[in-house]
Amino acid sequence: MTTIDKTASAPSRRIEDDGKTPLLEVRDLHVEFKTRDSLVKAVNGVNYSVRAGETLAVLGESGSGKSVTAQAIMGILDMPPGRIPQGEIRFRGEDMLTMSNEERRQIRGRKIAMIFQDALSSLNPVLSVGYQLGEMFRVHQGMSRKAAKAKSIELMDRVRIPAAKDRVNDYPHQFSGGMRQRIMIAMAMALEPDLIIADEPTTALDVTVQAQVMDLLAELQAEYNMGLILITHDLGVVADVADKIAVMYAGRIVETAPVHELYKRPAHPYTRGLLDSIPRLDQKGQELYAIKGLPPNLTRIPPGCAFNPRCPKAQDICRSEVPILHPVTERDGTDLPGRGSACHFWKETIHG
Amino acid sequence: MADPTKKDEAADQKGAPRDTTPNVTEVDVVDAASVEEVEAVLDAPVERGEPILQVRNLVKHFPLTQGILFKRQIGAVKAVDGVSFDLYQGETLGIVGESGCGKSTVAKLLMTLEQATAGEVFYKGQDITKLSGRALKAVRRNIQMVFQDPYTSLNPRMTVGDIIGEPFEIHPEVAPKGDRRRKVQDLLDVVGLNPEYINRYPHQFSGGQRQRIGIARGLALNPEIIICDEPVSALDVSVQAQVINLMEKLQDEFNLSYIFIAHDLSIVRHISDRVGVMYLGKMAEIGTDEEIYDHPTHPYTQALLSAVPVPDPSARDGRERIILSGDVPSPANPPSGCRFRTRCWKAEDKCAKEVPLLAIPERFVGQNTPAAHESACHFAEEKDVVHA
Repeated sequence: MTTIDKTASAPSRRIEDDGKTPLLEVRDLHVEFKTRDSLVKAVNGVNYSVRAGETLAVLGESGSGKSVTAQAIMGILDMPPGRIPQGEIRFRGEDMLTMSNEERRQIRGRKIAMIFQDALSSLNPVLSVGYQLGEMFRVHQGMSRKAAKAKSIELMDRVRIPAAKDRVNDYPHQFSGGMRQRIMIAMAMALEPDLIIADEPTTALDVTVQAQVMDLLAELQAEYNMGLILITHDLGVVADVADKIAVMYAGRIVETAPVHELYKRPAHPYTRGLLDSIPRLDQKGQELYAIKGLPPNLTRIPPGCAFNPRCPKAQDICRSEVPILHPVTERDGTDLPGRGSACHFWKETIHG
Repeated sequence: MADPTKKDEAADQKGAPRDTTPNVTEVDVVDAASVEEVEAVLDAPVERGEPILQVRNLVKHFPLTQGILFKRQIGAVKAVDGVSFDLYQGETLGIVGESGCGKSTVAKLLMTLEQATAGEVFYKGQDITKLSGRALKAVRRNIQMVFQDPYTSLNPRMTVGDIIGEPFEIHPEVAPKGDRRRKVQDLLDVVGLNPEYINRYPHQFSGGQRQRIGIARGLALNPEIIICDEPVSALDVSVQAQVINLMEKLQDEFNLSYIFIAHDLSIVRHISDRVGVMYLGKMAEIGTDEEIYDHPTHPYTQALLSAVPVPDPSARDGRERIILSGDVPSPANPPSGCRFRTRCWKAEDKCAKEVPLLAIPERFVGQNTPAAHESACHFAEEKDVVHA
């Protein structure tokens, strides 16, 4: 795909990239859902930022709020019942939450695109993949059907779908799982966005296909210098591709760290527990470490640190005071850039 | 689909591949004429380390038909196409492979939930594919299953007590009526759930707890073999470890043999004594966990292992990764010869002509190396993929 017209969609990207303002910055984001008899606090003050070319992995279990945060960034939350009581989502310094719908439409798809987990249910089964890919060009760039179809074929070639020309009129069910996920990637890449949010892009795929898809994603990211937010629960995938990691638990970020640091020295008991529960060679035949208990119910988040009922280190302070995301330092006080831990006892966890 | 007509079966038998694996041991077939004799055989204990389940040339073809009134068979999906293995008493046999390779069909065949097209499954020397009626019921009591998705494998309208107690309705000899409630509460306690939950419904539990209910149901009849079809893949990481620990504890406590089907290779390694790798309806390689993970000789196993992301960012560089191109071919029309040849980097003419047998590769025969285990490849050789 050497001929996609770069001037059409993002002429100003490289100029604006001065490396100082992050591409996307989420500040103190809260999301809650009102149900008939309760208030579900899905996201409770999330902060993170992504720069161009950088990969941020958001790690968390189901119900930790990682996908809801992504949907809030894309502006595809169902509101109501969803509500964003406070917070900012700044794209290139501008708060998207205060923009008009029309302004957000200009960003969505064109500047920020999303890859969904389940490609089969995200694609429309009654429209050909070529039509669905071409929709991006027709809607955002006003192309004719014919030109859009030509672009679709180019895109399918780009994500290495064999015989793209013959397959452009095929329907989603005629493709395998890996090929469908490639189509999802092609659709997200269509307008060369600055930022891609990938929500569990390979969870439904087999390992050999997962390797193919992650390779492709990394290659495209490098080529277009995109920011990537990778949402996953797979500690292996994160170790392979991420630059920095944000670990989420019960709607909060409990730890942030560059990828190498996190695996070497976790500074939060939850992260440590996750890493310890991976089966390791030398533990064969022994009991696996398991975090006891269950993730909390989001309508009744425990007071203080949300992890306290499951935490081996919990003290009285953990049950009463919500820990802030403390900056993490070396033992002698030297800064560790990019590291933070929302634990009252982060010092003991990382150094102890 | 599940019940092919006689004609189909005959046709399939003729074309069914015979897996003439030389080093699979002979099965001591027990000839039991009456149902009572069969039951006596099934109740006999098996020594630890003796084979309890022996699978020979198991084949399952699902017919593809055309036409509405006059159905013609136009082909078959060869879901399982000649699989042989042994399961020893007290061990865990892991089966790994990509989706569509036939591992779940094998599980269903072992449970006799599907009729095998050809081949035999010997349970204590009895071919269970030929059993029916009371004898089959007795076998099924001893082989139980834990399913993948705890959200759909429990009936939402039944209480936990009814779900776990249902096996007793079918096999009343295990627990007399008055005793059932106590038995169910014992089972809940064994799997780490509060016995007072007996009147709750499945939706009141989390995923991990539901899987515990599924395990309790599997344990209810004191089976000897439990077949686990992806028991933890629907669970969160932190809960997976809890369930795996529970399963290991139960294995020691009740002296169970597991067939553990999964696609998460690190979990399979942790729990398994031996591992079989399946590809497109055939066993590609089988051996102890060390032989398979540290000394794989089949190219597919090597590719599979190298594709698994390692949870250690320092391994990111310098690790050789074999990225397979393309997808798994359709099992309705598998490639000739070796089934992996279309994606294999070693494939030569021989691979298209000859089906490689699952046997210890010639070059390793008689050597005392971990590479000397059964591998279905013409060009089997060792390749260190995990530590490269």
